[in-house]
Amino acid sequence: MPTNILMPALSPTMTEGNLAKWHKKEGDSVKAGEVIAEIETDKATMEVEAVDEGILGKILIAAGTPNVAVNTPIAVLIGENDNMTDIPCVPQSPTPASAKQADPSASLRSAQDDKRMASQPMGKHVENRDILYAQGVVIEPPPFDEAKFFQSTKTQTVREALRDAMAEEMRKDGNVYIMGEEVAEYNGAYKVTQGLLDEFGAKRVIDTPITEHGFAGIAVGSAFKGLKPIVEFMTMNFAMQAIDHIINSAAKTLYMAGGQLGCPIVFRGPNGAASRVGAQHSQSYASWYGHVPGLKVIAPWSAADAKGLMKAAIRDPNPVVSLENEIMYGQSFEVPTDEDYIIPIGRAKIEREGKDVTIVAYSIMVGKALKAAEALAAEGIDAEVINLRTIRPLDRYTIIESVKKTNRLVCVEEDWPFAGVNAEIAALVMEHAFDYLDAPVVRVNAADVPLPYAANLEVLALPQAEHIVRAVKEVCYR
Amino acid sequence: MSTSKQKPAKKPNLKSISNTSPNPDAEEMKKLYRDMLLIRRFEEKAGQLYGMGLIGGFCHLYIGQEAVVTGINSVQEEGDTVITTYRDHGHMLACGMEAKGVMAELTGRGTGYSRGKGGSMHMFSQEKNFFGGHGIVGAATALGTGLGFYHKYSEDGGVAVAYMGDGSANQGQVAECYNMAALWKLPVLFVIENNQYGMGTSVKRSSAGQLYARGSGYGIPGEQVDGMDVFTVQAAARQAIDYVRSGNGPYIMEVMTYRFRGHSMSDPAKYRTKEEVDAMKENRDPIANIRVKMLEEAGVNEDELKAIEKEIKEIVNEAADFATESPELPPEELWTDVLKEVVYS
Repeated sequence: MPTNILMPALSPTMTEGNLAKWHKKEGDSVKAGEVIAEIETDKATMEVEAVDEGILGKILIAAGTPNVAVNTPIAVLIGENDNMTDIPCVPQSPTPASAKQADPSASLRSAQDDKRMASQPMGKHVENRDILYAQGVVIEPPPFDEAKFFQSTKTQTVREALRDAMAEEMRKDGNVYIMGEEVAEYNGAYKVTQGLLDEFGAKRVIDTPITEHGFAGIAVGSAFKGLKPIVEFMTMNFAMQAIDHIINSAAKTLYMAGGQLGCPIVFRGPNGAASRVGAQHSQSYASWYGHVPGLKVIAPWSAADAKGLMKAAIRDPNPVVSLENEIMYGQSFEVPTDEDYIIPIGRAKIEREGKDVTIVAYSIMVGKALKAAEALAAEGIDAEVINLRTIRPLDRYTIIESVKKTNRLVCVEEDWPFAGVNAEIAALVMEHAFDYLDAPVVRVNAADVPLPYAANLEVLALPQAEHIVRAVKEVCYR
Repeated sequence: MSTSKQKPAKKPNLKSISNTSPNPDAEEMKKLYRDMLLIRRFEEKAGQLYGMGLIGGFCHLYIGQEAVVTGINSVQEEGDTVITTYRDHGHMLACGMEAKGVMAELTGRGTGYSRGKGGSMHMFSQEKNFFGGHGIVGAATALGTGLGFYHKYSEDGGVAVAYMGDGSANQGQVAECYNMAALWKLPVLFVIENNQYGMGTSVKRSSAGQLYARGSGYGIPGEQVDGMDVFTVQAAARQAIDYVRSGNGPYIMEVMTYRFRGHSMSDPAKYRTKEEVDAMKENRDPIANIRVKMLEEAGVNEDELKAIEKEIKEIVNEAADFATESPELPPEELWTDVLKEVVYS
């Protein structure tokens, strides 16, 4: 039976090409895979191979014809018993490509227009609140009665709280293991994994060579099979060596697998400036990881944050990046003793209630914001301080509700300003609380320079409580 | 196929293999023939659908390399895991994934293995222990080492087969993983499918030394294998997998193969001569050669082979019909599968 040979698409973007040359003439027999013609596109000259065997019955498009559209019949292939003399062009069914191709903007448009999905969120839609946000919907985070856990507490450093969180989860689940540089015999470069080797042994507390890219990939691969790795980076700066696996292998796989294959993993380590360790050891990555769908990003400030968020991260079936802070590791806070104290990822905490201005901060900046709030109180300004705890998914609800109350917003972070979390929050408030604002939002960020070593310059580069005080006065017109 | 005689200075079990493997019996040969033919015909059909605009983006065909994955897979055991880079359709079929689901993924339909969200380079099957399908060159080697880590951690006796191309072999993380796999004695069979070109750059222009010897500094045995002969691949893989499964740590098989088509569909292939490609197709086609061998040496008759060929043709046609008739996902599915649901107690 005669079949049409169609002008093939030879690249993802090709829509037409020049039929440069025929290698076969009418009446020639062709085998599957044999080159029958050459096509020129704007990029290259390509060979066209026959996909079936038969006889080239008729050439429909002559050599030298320019601008032949993809899927145009260019020749007719016939069987050995077909009659060569009477070969019509086989009637074309509607072009499959164009018939099947969806309007590329359809899905986006419908998602933005179709608020039914937003108003009746199904399970998976709720988990991914960023998706609802993309549709203009901000929902309240999961309920959490935190106060009840604070009836019984003990004083702990952030370092100890992180260690206890990991140890408790490792006791509970044999699939949880920790890997990283110096995590085992050295007890952690910053002593966060102190004692874990003694309790859990070398099978589950694993010293790696200095090879971040490789061990991050190994951990992700093991998570594909259901293990629950905690990957410690000595600092998040070194995770730049491994960021391909964090993003391409961990964050994107669930989606690329159509929901079939997940990656339960925690990437953790100190983030941001420590003390005079220079530009390569001081970067903050909240904006980098916060940018990526498929990742969750937490940034604890207190020891209680660290404990509750780390336990949530280890139990989470998704990849979680934990941005800790070296200076905070040694600071002490009250931590609930209940092992079920788990802070839902995606919930901010109002650390200090106030009515005049909202200060949003995360990680070490929460402490500086609280210090600024005390100074402001002395001057008669009552500031509300929100500890974000989670960067992604951002607790937009708590921020917006606070700004609706105070009508003024200062956001504070140790990251660089460009395309940062502060910029995202400013955009959020512009979109959802514009009419409530009595002053433009002010951002307090690290200076837009690689962090200097010199003590005097480093202090100038990092946000201090005084910067926050100044910013608050600016939005309060004081 | 040239096999190298070069030996590195130290000798940790490096060998270039000869072609003297015992031939399997007729039934086994028919099975290997069938499995290779399925990949060949599937890929030809995929190329055809690409030309019709039904498959988009990148589409890297495995035609010419069928003996590699078929030979290795034939000696794996239940529970062994497989991972590879982006030239992956053959590996999926070898792992027992259905042609229909793979083809429907290529056409971007909701019935594809990744429901149309992954495409040619990103398909997975937990059920068949196939873990992708990865588009970043070198990444699958680290992820595959992680699968080996899982086998050791869980003590399930499994082996991870981590495929890479000659292009991947030069990535830094491959060396990192050789080190850790050897250090921790992980059960990983590293398979380098050396088809002699990383996209358009020949191995001669990209790689110093011998790829199978790259593990020697870590004490990993390496072997170069003729990948155009499925029996040779099978015999070498049997030994290699035994070695790995016995707790000796990783093993490197550099399988010398050749892709008959371009790097991807849009490859004008000016980096190699037509004569070179034609000579390989003419003399070293693993499927044509096993066919002759079965007829001439194993007492298989033409009708038996015709029956296999008919079966394969039907599977592939059915897959193509399924892939072109299945619906695309509805628009709201754009938003699903980003995160797994968490239930807070």
